[in-house]
Amino acid sequence: MSTTVAEPTTGVSESGPLRSKQDTISRAEGWRRRGPLLPALVFTIVVTQIPFAVTLFYSTQSWNLVRPGSRSFIGLDNYVAVFQDSQFREVALNTVLLIVGTVLISVVLGLLFALLLDRAFPGRGVVRTLLITPFLVTPVAAALLWKTSMLSPTNGFLQWILGWFGIDGVDVLSSYPLAAVMAELVWQWTPFMMLLILAGLQSMPRDILEAARVDGATSFRLFRELTLPHLRRFIELGAVLGAIYLVNTFDPVYMMTSGGPGVASANLPFYIYQRAFLGFDIGQAAAMGVVTVVATIIVSTLALRLIFKTFTGNEEAA
Amino acid sequence: MTAQMSAAKRSPESAETTRRPGRRTGAALTTLTWVIAVGFFFPVLWMVLTAFKQEKDAATETPTFFFSPTLDQFRAVLDSGVGTALLNSLFATVVSTALVLALGVPAAFALSLRPVRKTKDALFFFISTKMLPVVAAIIPLYVIVGRIGMLDNVLTLVVLYTAMNLPIAIWMMRSFFLEVPGELLEAASMDGASLWTSVREVILPLVSPGIAATALICVIFSWNEFFLAVNMTAVEARTVPVALVGFMSGQGLFWAKLSAASVMAALPVVICGWIAQNKLVRGLSFGAIK
Repeated sequence: MSTTVAEPTTGVSESGPLRSKQDTISRAEGWRRRGPLLPALVFTIVVTQIPFAVTLFYSTQSWNLVRPGSRSFIGLDNYVAVFQDSQFREVALNTVLLIVGTVLISVVLGLLFALLLDRAFPGRGVVRTLLITPFLVTPVAAALLWKTSMLSPTNGFLQWILGWFGIDGVDVLSSYPLAAVMAELVWQWTPFMMLLILAGLQSMPRDILEAARVDGATSFRLFRELTLPHLRRFIELGAVLGAIYLVNTFDPVYMMTSGGPGVASANLPFYIYQRAFLGFDIGQAAAMGVVTVVATIIVSTLALRLIFKTFTGNEEAA
Repeated sequence: MTAQMSAAKRSPESAETTRRPGRRTGAALTTLTWVIAVGFFFPVLWMVLTAFKQEKDAATETPTFFFSPTLDQFRAVLDSGVGTALLNSLFATVVSTALVLALGVPAAFALSLRPVRKTKDALFFFISTKMLPVVAAIIPLYVIVGRIGMLDNVLTLVVLYTAMNLPIAIWMMRSFFLEVPGELLEAASMDGASLWTSVREVILPLVSPGIAATALICVIFSWNEFFLAVNMTAVEARTVPVALVGFMSGQGLFWAKLSAASVMAALPVVICGWIAQNKLVRGLSFGAIK
């Protein structure tokens, strides 16, 4: 009940039979219907599309703020430079690793947490509240917390725990910077996956599970053959949505490692930020932005398809 | 036949046998769940504890679990002039959320209950703006905002946060509008109620919990936002997350003070999130999952 139910998308069917009959009236009616939508539409187009169009334009310019007056049109040269930049390739790879790693680990952990929460036990509400909190903590505060209290090489918690095993003096932030950032991201994003998967679990038809259990199916078989297939859509949606939110990861990189050492833990948003606001290379930074968008379109298409399927799937069935 | 019988005979038995260890595994699972939850929550707990320490207790090599709590750090944070940052964050959050609702609720209505033509295209457009990485727009935004003299101005953040949250709000609100039973609207219009009346007296009361949840989610996102804030503001308009960075100084002990500042920064949204936790998924999945 509580989940996924796609609404019959009321009257999305384009024009309908009325259209030919009373064209003038339906036109007035059309504007009356459109009225409430227009402010939001115009606002969104102006604020989100214009900057992006300008980015496209900038990406064709040789424009460095350090050299005023040097601005000129150079066609696709910025893109050539971007693809020849070995640092950019490393950063692009980091971005992918960060997203894929974070999504995979937080899906697995989220699934585990959701399964643990999907049964009645004392204090369930409190446990759920505790588990979602990392997602709510201001990302900057979370990143600082991990950088200092958790991972500091001198007096962080991890250091203390490693000390029990006789391991000393590991500076995770400089030796494994990408893993450190990923750990922080996993901590923040596991609750998101958990909530999505929990919604999936709670939408499972209980009677089918009961029937299968009475038929003597083991818990493991139940999980593999009924629960997991049912959860698949939720996990997929969680993964693509997580990926889309994570493409924008900036705060933990900026706070914890500043992308370093070198560009070892820089991702695209951080690298572009560095190029634009510290290197003042507007043209190249813009070209990198465009490349990032093109790359995310693939993920976005998948995400959109899944989201729309969730809305329209039941409509087809009905 | 025999197989059926034996199965029928066995099943209550096996239910018996699995139930008893089931109780024990149940207790074990509950304990495990609690341990995991507390462990996962631990960093937050540690942040809160550290905020009440003296600096020397916060930076010990072996973590200090027992200490006499103090409010010194909170006092120090308040004295360091975070007041403007708090006000800026509050302003940007509240005003952008209000704008999101003012623009988003009518739009969601026009995409659900009295749908315009090409509803799908409009929905697609709104959601696709969330899929563009912000970083791709940041440079022109910086240049344009600079040209019109709006850098380091909270109003800039208000506009950007409104654009950032509007698609989520529209999709989320739409999912609430679609739950309004169609018969109710028909009945209202049969009774001769005008569109505005039925919106005001039938629809809005029904979707107001949805509006509240949407607002809370917008509040969380705007309050926590850092990337736009750090690029668009400097001193005057800096928000809480930007001010937080300032508490990390290179010299001296700063962990306790930083923790106190972090607690103050995170507390409002953590509370909003706790209140909205049942609707969180719905917002984050654009209303696709309830």
